[in-house]
Amino acid sequence: MNIQAVKVIYKYEMLRAWDTILQSFASPVISTVLYFVVFGSAIGSRIENIEGILYGAFIVPGLMMLALLTQSVSNASFGIYFPRFTGTMYETLSAPISAIEIVLGYVGAAASKSFIIGLIILATAGFFVELKIVHPFWMLGFLVLTCISFSLLGFIIGLWAESFEQLQLIPLLVITPLVFLGGSFYTIDMLPPAWQKISLFNPVVYLVSGFRWSFYEISDVSIEVSLFMVLLFATACLVIVWWMFKTGYRLKQ
Amino acid sequence: MSSVISVSNLSKVYASGHRALNDVSLDIHSGEILALLGPNGAGKTTLISIICGIVNASEGSVTVDGYDIVKNYRITRSMIGLVPQELTLSMFVSVWDTICFSRGLFGKKPDPAYLEQLLKDLSLWDKKDSDILTLSGGMKRRVLIAKALSHEPSILFLDEPTAGVDVELRKDMWSLVEKMRQSGVTIILTTHYIEEAEEIADRVGVISNGELIVVDDKDALKHKLGKRQMMIELEHTIESIPQSLTLWSLELSDEGNQLTYTYDSHSEHTGIAELLRAIDRSGLLLKDINTSQSSLEDIFINLVHNSE
Repeated sequence: MNIQAVKVIYKYEMLRAWDTILQSFASPVISTVLYFVVFGSAIGSRIENIEGILYGAFIVPGLMMLALLTQSVSNASFGIYFPRFTGTMYETLSAPISAIEIVLGYVGAAASKSFIIGLIILATAGFFVELKIVHPFWMLGFLVLTCISFSLLGFIIGLWAESFEQLQLIPLLVITPLVFLGGSFYTIDMLPPAWQKISLFNPVVYLVSGFRWSFYEISDVSIEVSLFMVLLFATACLVIVWWMFKTGYRLKQ
Repeated sequence: MSSVISVSNLSKVYASGHRALNDVSLDIHSGEILALLGPNGAGKTTLISIICGIVNASEGSVTVDGYDIVKNYRITRSMIGLVPQELTLSMFVSVWDTICFSRGLFGKKPDPAYLEQLLKDLSLWDKKDSDILTLSGGMKRRVLIAKALSHEPSILFLDEPTAGVDVELRKDMWSLVEKMRQSGVTIILTTHYIEEAEEIADRVGVISNGELIVVDDKDALKHKLGKRQMMIELEHTIESIPQSLTLWSLELSDEGNQLTYTYDSHSEHTGIAELLRAIDRSGLLLKDINTSQSSLEDIFINLVHNSE
């Protein structure tokens, strides 16, 4: 195991985030604060409590997920796409480093950044609403699993993309709609029956539901199903990454 | 001399169908400087990229110090440093950070003293905290070399190291290459500049259309394939070569005042004495005589031309 390589990739990816601290950390926090102000305070004060939870508090897990998913995907995809774009990938490919070690370095750093962002958003939320976390370990577990699995997805997008446009395509056209329609701002039983069924095909529903359960013990689907779906998603991403490295897809000719 | 890299029947066909390498076999000796010459698209970079692990071979195998580059990639890659052709660098990091990154990537523990000496040797020490973006092209090239040497490799690949580099930096690079060779590093460089190969290489390989046409000692190559020419300047112009001189296959210049005789300087019988006597008998008056040895460049052009 080339521990040194994993360490330097992780370290320099984290340093890159530090160098662009406004973009990396401040920007997701500011946009989340705006959501709290608009949906939590302004509009939320006129919305009824959901299953006994104030609307402002109800949307905390969903807002965290929204930030985590988009940040994980964009951090990880940019992290691996940039060396491909600039040509510096030659160095990683010619180094005595395995695919697992490359993934550990890049995905580990992207997931860590998202994890930190998640905690900052949680702390920020504390200024706006009264926080209650019934199952803190489950909450942390979901947080970590989400960061890892969506960083893996970002890594896949970063390996697949052949232009900056493609790099933005999936986050914009797929991830954001899935998150908004995944019950971040509502419970799916508020939807008409047909849309409730369609929503079950959205993997984000399971993430938000499980995550919200760890806060308030209210969920759209059972916690076991949520956990199973998250693990299934992470495994699928791992298999795709493994296949990409095995075949050298978009990395080696 | 023991070979440190063995390339056996290596072929590469890209997905586009382009055959970049065709059945190339080559032994690179430990501690030598091998120059790979060839026109653009000849396959030089593909060959280097396969050995370094950046491109997968279609057929054939490569061993480095006896280890297969696929099965034992960790061992083989840790022995190799690569300076790529393009100035591919992360622009927003400092020189020091980028070489520390490279060293770590190759599994080596931090060694600030070694890296400091390396930067000093490459006249980069005063730029260690500068962002790469702010450096000149020549300095960026030096950073690439520093990155390649940061993990103390025993084999160094330099892909067109002096392309677009000014004369001073080119001379600096040549002396650096010589210094590395003295410390026992095996160096393989690709180049367009024949003078570069002539100046610093021990052996020269010529690649054209994906095939290794020849690889030999630089001097042996000149000896084997080089020709000598004698230019005979005449006092008066002539319209055609006299009948009595046809035996020597002379060439007459367009101006009609110079005869060129091409001969093998290593053969027992060069025919020079007889030619000069025959010229004298034919009544032509000599003004001057010059001889020249064909350069590596002439040999290279001939080889590539013949292979096409």
